[in-house]
Amino acid sequence: MESTVNKKETFLRGIVAENPVFVMLLGMCPTLGVTTSGFNGLGMGVATAFVLLMSNIVVSQVKTQIPSKVRIPAFIIIIASFVTIVEMVLEAYIPFLYEQLGIFIPLIVVNCLILGRAEAFASKNNLLDSIIDALGMGLGFIIALTLLGAVREILGSGSLFGMSFVPENASTFIIFILPPGAFIALAFLSAIFNKIPTK
Amino acid sequence: MKKKESTFINMLAALFIVTLISGFALSYVNIATEGPISEAKLKRKVAAIKMVVPAFDNNPVSEMKTIFAEGYKDSIEVYVARMGTEKVGTAIIGMSSKGFSGLIKVMAGFNPDGTIKNIQVLEQKETPGLGTKIKSERFIQQYVTKNPASFDLKVKKDGGQVDALTGATISTRAFSAAVQQAYEVFENLKKD
Repeated sequence: MESTVNKKETFLRGIVAENPVFVMLLGMCPTLGVTTSGFNGLGMGVATAFVLLMSNIVVSQVKTQIPSKVRIPAFIIIIASFVTIVEMVLEAYIPFLYEQLGIFIPLIVVNCLILGRAEAFASKNNLLDSIIDALGMGLGFIIALTLLGAVREILGSGSLFGMSFVPENASTFIIFILPPGAFIALAFLSAIFNKIPTK
Repeated sequence: MKKKESTFINMLAALFIVTLISGFALSYVNIATEGPISEAKLKRKVAAIKMVVPAFDNNPVSEMKTIFAEGYKDSIEVYVARMGTEKVGTAIIGMSSKGFSGLIKVMAGFNPDGTIKNIQVLEQKETPGLGTKIKSERFIQQYVTKNPASFDLKVKKDGGQVDALTGATISTRAFSAAVQQAYEVFENLKKD
């Protein structure tokens, strides 16, 4: 199959111009849920990016074998399998992160970013382009979640990646750790990202 | 290459094959990670025992006692730490299902006189950044050296003496309930 897309652009657009979180507003549930600290955001971003990469690879390979009427259930099964694998591996080898992310790992299954890329990109493009797309989008997602987590951690807990820079009993903006703070921080970061000139 | 048509047989076959492969892959990973997962859990348990009781030289895990807990799937586990023949402390796993999102399991260590030596959270699914603060040292510190016989383990809002975490009263309540459960077991064992 001939490649029909510009590879460099496919990779770069996921980071700023079509950033999955700040521009396309995909995958809001884990974005708002786990980004209470920079480390949580990073961990969730990496786990999601891995699932995205694997599902894009598989979907781009099996796309001609799946009848279009059952493609969505087939994609979901593929995605759910990878998520379950990630969950078991995390529990076995990185129990600390597994505990932190808790219930949000199974929820990667319903992250519309992953199904969205499978449906909109991997099911129409070849293997290499699908990998590039997954890497770009995955990196964009990691950056977005880490950034959002870091901003909320700095304002809400007075620390960054677990290193506190305020006195023990200092009052911080606790609202930024709470769900409303997630929306506020997301709104500001989205606004900034949408102002970045992309061309 | 043309897309397969959506005939009944094609759809059935495609979904069957996808689920079959996924099932085999998952059972393989499950078998492969089973060992490391239980090992990691055991390691955490031993580390938690060491954190909550004074230095000991016996093997508390091999002397574990279990006690049935009404309404819970798992039973309460009791680990006795000894130095020589002297009992130096008891680590008890207490539970509460009243957490913000499900079960909270803590390991509470008691000195022989009933005061709390230390507490470790073993399992929780609380809100990250809020309820998960029950794991922080700063929070647990208010329980340390207190004796639940004189220190009321309820949060202040409920008439007790525990400072609840900001925005996570429910998690605090459940944490306290789990510690209380462990303490009641400790007291019952003392009577025998």
